[in-house]
Amino acid sequence: MSYQLPEDFYYTKDHEWAQIDENIVTIGITEFAQEQLGEIVYVELPEEGAKVNQGESFGVVESVKAASDLYAPVSGTVIEVNMALMEDPSALNDDPMNEGWFIRIEMDSEKELANLMRVPDYKKLVSEKK
Amino acid sequence: MTGPTGTVKSTALRQVHEKLGAKMVDFAGWYMPVQYEGLKEEHLATRTNVGLFDVSHMGEFCVRGPKSLETLEWMTTNDVSRLKAGESQYSLFPNPQGGIVDDLFIYCVTPGEDYFLCVNAANIDKDFAFVTANNRGAEITNESSQWSQIAVQGPKALELLARVISPEVPKMASLSHRKISFDGAQVILARTGYTGEVGAEIFVPNNKAVGLWTTLMERGQDLGVKPVGLGARDTLRTEMKYSLYGHEIDDTTNPYEAGLGWVVKPAKKDFIGKGPMLKVRENGLKRKLIGFVLAERGIPRQGYSLLSFDNKEIGRVTSGTLSPSLNQSIGIGYVDNALAEIGCEFNVDIRGRGAKARVVATPFVGTSLVP
Repeated sequence: MSYQLPEDFYYTKDHEWAQIDENIVTIGITEFAQEQLGEIVYVELPEEGAKVNQGESFGVVESVKAASDLYAPVSGTVIEVNMALMEDPSALNDDPMNEGWFIRIEMDSEKELANLMRVPDYKKLVSEKK
Repeated sequence: MTGPTGTVKSTALRQVHEKLGAKMVDFAGWYMPVQYEGLKEEHLATRTNVGLFDVSHMGEFCVRGPKSLETLEWMTTNDVSRLKAGESQYSLFPNPQGGIVDDLFIYCVTPGEDYFLCVNAANIDKDFAFVTANNRGAEITNESSQWSQIAVQGPKALELLARVISPEVPKMASLSHRKISFDGAQVILARTGYTGEVGAEIFVPNNKAVGLWTTLMERGQDLGVKPVGLGARDTLRTEMKYSLYGHEIDDTTNPYEAGLGWVVKPAKKDFIGKGPMLKVRENGLKRKLIGFVLAERGIPRQGYSLLSFDNKEIGRVTSGTLSPSLNQSIGIGYVDNALAEIGCEFNVDIRGRGAKARVVATPFVGTSLVP
């Protein structure tokens, strides 16, 4: 199975993606992550204005199998939350790379991007997990 | 796909599961399929058509000889003496404190002479030590490694079994069992199950397991047969509020609190732990096992606290899931008697968030066996 993995996104070892648009970062989970989680039934997300720190939990995604923490790819301030997911999280399973985004943050420092993966490294990580 | 590691055991059907693309996990020391196509699809296939389950990890003991009945009466809680040939019963192994060593099924082959026991995979060693230590002169053998077990469950299970095993299967009474030949071997077909649907559990010698599974899959294509993993097996039993050892019941559980008083027959006989078990009931039960639904999203998981609206812990969750049939979060748990009536409300503490729950009648769903 091949996953949709945009070349210009960044990825984490926890299977989150980060799309960078100047200093605004949109955050979600990858196809591989949603496949591993199974049917997602509930998400807990931070409020606008909340501070998130790289590598620290900013929310929870709950599937039939387990509740899993979401880790921030970079540090920053939440400027937008995908409220639609709180009502109906099915987009997380159906379209995690687009409709299923969680939050947008204003990034503190571009330097933190150096700690993230690009597509080749992330692909390697996924193939090792399979 | 990596194989099992260390001492994890495989069933005779392992390669069949891997070929089907199953996700395999270590469960109770066994390398088992947790899911094939998807938990929800497998669950609903069992509720609407028919599902096939490899449950070969379950344990089988034989209890034989003139002392078999006396031995079983002493070491189990239900009334074994009422079993006729070809009948079976759900029962419990009690411990001296009145708790539960395991739950099991007893199949009567010949009354007073020959009984076949099915016990939980995770408890095989503990159970065999228990039956050996409390044996009152029967010949008891652990035959777990010789038997595979395939469960065929769902509204169309009997039609499939009539095709593959015998046209007699649909006429058999619920909970009855008989020896039937399949492909030159003797299998034990029991009209029992753990899903709430009609069907059978078939004990089959290991060398015939692949043949039986493959035949059931092929002959059931037009009935919509699907292989079902342990994930859906758990959601199916949760919708029925069937107990799972390690969740609803364990060494410290009193059967009356667990709603299992119907398999305890103290007026009929003496058994291990009878005094302490009855004492709990005489002193008045303080908690009760109930089923509840959540009014909002989220999954109640084992160990989560149940809180009254003034934030006192009034119970604990034993099992919970998103019911695939109802598309609603459901749970099972022990609560204080005061909040155990149908309609009572409380909160489930889901990682610090109070999710409102209401006690409901169980089973949570209607099925082909329990409409």
